[in-house]
Amino acid sequence: MSIFDRCTLSTLAVVLLVASPVLAEPGPKLGEPVSAEEVAKWDISIAPDGATLPPGRGDAERGAHVYHQHCRRCHGGGARGGEKFADALAGGIDSLAGDKPVKTIASYWPYATTIFDYVRRAMPYDRPMSLSNDDVYAVTAYLLSLNGIIKDGQVMDADSLPGVKMPNRDGFLLYWPEPN
Amino acid sequence: MSKKNTVPAAEALGEPVASGGLLHRRAFLAGSAVAAAALPGAAVAAESIGDEAPSWMTVPGITFRPYGDPARAERETARTVLQPYGDLAPGAGVGMTPLQNLEGTITPNGLHFERSHNGRPIIDSERHEFLIHGLVVQPLKFDIEALLRYPMASRLLFIECAGNSFFNSNLFSEPMQVPVGMIHGLISGAEWTGIPLSILLDEAGLDPRGKWILAEGADSAAMSRSIPMEKALDDAIVALYQNGERLRPENGYPMRLVLPGYEGNMSVKWLRRIKVTEGPTHTKDETSKYSDLMPDGMARQFTFRMDVKSTITRPATGLTMRGAGLYQISGLAWSGHGRIARVEVSADGGKSWAEAALDGPVQPMALTRFRLPWSWDGAPAVVQSRATDEKGNTQLRREVWSEQYAAGHLYHCNAIQTWGIASNGEVSNVYI
Repeated sequence: MSIFDRCTLSTLAVVLLVASPVLAEPGPKLGEPVSAEEVAKWDISIAPDGATLPPGRGDAERGAHVYHQHCRRCHGGGARGGEKFADALAGGIDSLAGDKPVKTIASYWPYATTIFDYVRRAMPYDRPMSLSNDDVYAVTAYLLSLNGIIKDGQVMDADSLPGVKMPNRDGFLLYWPEPN
Repeated sequence: MSKKNTVPAAEALGEPVASGGLLHRRAFLAGSAVAAAALPGAAVAAESIGDEAPSWMTVPGITFRPYGDPARAERETARTVLQPYGDLAPGAGVGMTPLQNLEGTITPNGLHFERSHNGRPIIDSERHEFLIHGLVVQPLKFDIEALLRYPMASRLLFIECAGNSFFNSNLFSEPMQVPVGMIHGLISGAEWTGIPLSILLDEAGLDPRGKWILAEGADSAAMSRSIPMEKALDDAIVALYQNGERLRPENGYPMRLVLPGYEGNMSVKWLRRIKVTEGPTHTKDETSKYSDLMPDGMARQFTFRMDVKSTITRPATGLTMRGAGLYQISGLAWSGHGRIARVEVSADGGKSWAEAALDGPVQPMALTRFRLPWSWDGAPAVVQSRATDEKGNTQLRREVWSEQYAAGHLYHCNAIQTWGIASNGEVSNVYI
């Protein structure tokens, strides 16, 4: 920790002491240092910059097989959802301002990296974290291609995925910091 | 007023049901049943006081038990479980607090609402680890035994799901006739005890570039949310205890975040990891879900704070009024902006309002119980409550609230709740 960091932290601590009396008591400092290698195993979140995307690659053709095997049962053929299905993942583009907005990956999600992050950590519902990185890239490519966001043969990997611009990328108004 | 399908209160009390002081016939029958039960054969000597005592006073009570349950007769005071995806995803859904059967401001632990995205994980607390990393000087991990040694503080706080009151949202154009606990039961109040998150972040050493954190759960959805550093350092709690006992499994055992006043989804349960980041991670649950679509097709993102809100819980749907007379209107109010300043009650559909009494002390970002005596003349009535917080925020009529958002929008519904009281005492959910 640099001297600058220490100064910043102690200034911060003083400010917080005033604002929040709960900080008055120091902790016993029982945290166990963790190596960068171990941190990497835990760090499964993917931000829009894609910095933590893993090695691997996949395209829509392979992704269609992954989808059929692991996703179709709940999300339906063509990822259109339905009465007895989980959320639709395709369609709905340009529907948001209408009488019946349809929120899907294509029409609503602002970042393609979120698809990879969420599918890898939470899908399929009955076997989360079971897909290989290649399969997750592939099924992400399939969903993007199905919605016409990328070309059919385009490969998704750590370089290409963060560069995909989602149709609703500019559809969000950030409410943090809080408006007065 | 009593729960549906029970003996009408007036009859149980033996109050007149017709002129001339005539009592309902069942009032007498109920009384003789108790007397018969109190006579354990001829074994008790005549003229012993046991002849007149209820049966449970004449036999020894049941011996001690290590952990108590509610009274058997209260078994119907239970959460309502909704699973929107049915068998496809049985662990995705909610368990809603039965507000119509509860009083005060503390939700019993077994009735605290639950929102889970892939069920309730069974976590071995001895193997659970919590990691802080990202823009920190030294990544650190903690086990539960270590965390239990840290300084803690307790706070009474509400947690409210951002989707609470969805039955009154733009999803439903007609008012649903379900108990108040199904409409507004994704709110609960508890005393949360834990470690100020600022102590743990300080131990890892914050890089000044870190303006956000990502919090992640150890459930099988690995549910994750981005939280501004300002909130993390201000009043975020790593909670280990709920109403004095260790967290319930469905509420995050062995550890969870609690973010006072913010949408419940951000108070990440089963907390396993915090990553300090420059910007938000834009997870699924802060982009595709928990964002607020407006009529023009734009969506508000990061609307973290739960706005001021209230509902009358008695009378309310799920309960029935038992005739004209004196009642106490009772309800709950809360605001993610701070303390409740006042609650007004109307019995004429919002034409006139009277200020309710607040049970004290009124605490910020906690449930506040309000009360007002009401002499009901037995005619149809329309009752409402309207809360205002210390920042001057107040509730809107549903119609006005609704117009701010797109069709089908469900989050952050804090519109005024209206109950219609029919002359037969039945209570209905009304949109006005």
